[in-house]
Amino acid sequence: MLYRTAGQFKTSYRADQALFPVRQDAFLLGIILIFAWAVLPLTASEFAYQTLLIPVLIYALAALGLNILTGYAGQLSLGTGAFMGVGAYACYKLITIFPEINMAVAVLLSGLFSAAVGVLFGLPSLRIKGFYLAIATLAAQFFLVWLFEKWGWLYNYNASGAIQVPNVEMFGIWVAGPLATSTAQYYFVLGIVTLLTLVAINLTRGSAGRTWKAVRDMDIAAELIGINLMKAKLYAFAISSYIVGVAGALFVFMWRGAAEPNLFDIDLSFRVLFIAIIGGLGSILGNYLGAILIVALPVLLNTVPDALGLTIKSATVEHVNVIIVGCLIIFFLIVEPHGLARLWQLIREKLMLWPFPH
Amino acid sequence: MKDTPAPYTTPDGRQIGGVLMELRNITLRFGGVEAIKDISFDIREGEIRAIIGPNGAGKSSMLNVISGFYHPQVGEVWFRGAKRPAMKPYEVARQGVARTFQNIALFDGMSVLDNIMTGRLTHMKASLLSQAIWWGAAEREEIANRERVEKIIDFLEIQHIRKTPVGRLPYGLKKRVELARALAAEPMLLLLDEPMAGMNVEEKEDMCRFVLDVNDEFGTTIVLIEHDMGVVMDLSDRVVVMDYGKKIGDGTPSEVRANPAVIDAYLGVAHD
Repeated sequence: MLYRTAGQFKTSYRADQALFPVRQDAFLLGIILIFAWAVLPLTASEFAYQTLLIPVLIYALAALGLNILTGYAGQLSLGTGAFMGVGAYACYKLITIFPEINMAVAVLLSGLFSAAVGVLFGLPSLRIKGFYLAIATLAAQFFLVWLFEKWGWLYNYNASGAIQVPNVEMFGIWVAGPLATSTAQYYFVLGIVTLLTLVAINLTRGSAGRTWKAVRDMDIAAELIGINLMKAKLYAFAISSYIVGVAGALFVFMWRGAAEPNLFDIDLSFRVLFIAIIGGLGSILGNYLGAILIVALPVLLNTVPDALGLTIKSATVEHVNVIIVGCLIIFFLIVEPHGLARLWQLIREKLMLWPFPH
Repeated sequence: MKDTPAPYTTPDGRQIGGVLMELRNITLRFGGVEAIKDISFDIREGEIRAIIGPNGAGKSSMLNVISGFYHPQVGEVWFRGAKRPAMKPYEVARQGVARTFQNIALFDGMSVLDNIMTGRLTHMKASLLSQAIWWGAAEREEIANRERVEKIIDFLEIQHIRKTPVGRLPYGLKKRVELARALAAEPMLLLLDEPMAGMNVEEKEDMCRFVLDVNDEFGTTIVLIEHDMGVVMDLSDRVVVMDYGKKIGDGTPSEVRANPAVIDAYLGVAHD
């Protein structure tokens, strides 16, 4: 009853192609947005900001970037961590070279650098596919992390070899560095994530998205109906790496506060890939669901036994977390390769008919 | 260019124009195997041209040469009076050549509507930026192209499945969606690789009707590979017969049917 679409007639193609042709979807999203923009910031504690809200948004954005490449355009990448690093280091250089620059501009610009690097390492995709491409992006992963370590200019020849986020002001409010409050950082991240999600939705539902999906589903047929495969793949690499790079800049500037090269190693790539797989390849919503699961799981494992009066060693918690995530990935690969997003899709289809399934 | 033959009108009232595409001395080799041996023929504007032959005769290879997927070692392709340079398949498609595939090649992860919309991609030019904000050129283009696609959906009578993922469709409908995707490109030359393979009589009749309607309403030139002799003889204006990569016959259905070489190789010889 709640999700009935009967009676919602479309009288123009514009209405049928609207962002949310089903009224209930728009309603649900409205509630989520109100929550994200108003309710959560009013109620969240410092702990919630730092362990849940901010990392969920940043990981979801990184997974969204990867999803455009892997889920929509079908090009497997294992270099996500390194591309995040490119965004982070680019943002660091921008901030230190031009201290007057607006933080939002710096973050959005730093994505351009990772886009360029992404296109460069995407060039092999013109010749190789699948696992072989994954290996090629793995080369990017190791090369870039090596570069972050060896190229002193990137971290301003800091003796520790790490980048330290300075205090950055935007419109009179500290948004990065030790002086920034979590609320300001949360809003900053939320604003950018909302903007880029909207862009990603628009791109994937229009002709760019159709081009990518065609390349993913059957590249030969795609080429024979007039798609320039090279252009389509490189655009996918560029846009994907752009979003991943912005996520990387946020990752360091809005959450971690400092970064060493090994922060961006293959573990981070895999973590983002797992979010995309568990959430659902080829979906926007899935990135959020996956990020919530992956970020919240260790927090739950840490706090729930405590609340129940059980004491579990933190090492055990870590191991249990790894075991659960591993099992989840196997579960989703076998049972539902399209992830949590598909589960929601199925629930929604059922709800549309409920309670009269005919 | 050789002498352009005079336009004429078929008995059922369709206009057949000049030569749209000419294939000259095409030879295609895969290593030591010669898939196509020195074949020449032409395709005239507005006609339905069939290519027939036993399995492995090189028919699909011929279609792949026309659509630019294979590049013949010897020979030239002339399209609209000009020699076609070596082109990528997507460039050929942009010139106005669309095709369907022997084994259905739809995009399984998309709905019927999106699949057909991919056929319009060659006509969609909005910048990435405009698409990103879904405003201005991108939105106008999306709606205008949707209208075109809806006309094709009406034409092929697949309104009821437009939002269904193609993976859920039965075989006959998939074939029809594939034809719709090719038509959406508004091609000058439409290549159909066994459009009726694996269909029952009723589905075949539907498909025949659509092929004739497409040719009649849009004036699209059609090259058709088909094994069903009845279909070929009824639909086509002229027929090329291939066997072991060689052309053994070329002409109207009745000429081909009377050609002894064709009867020997393909239609079968009466042994008594």
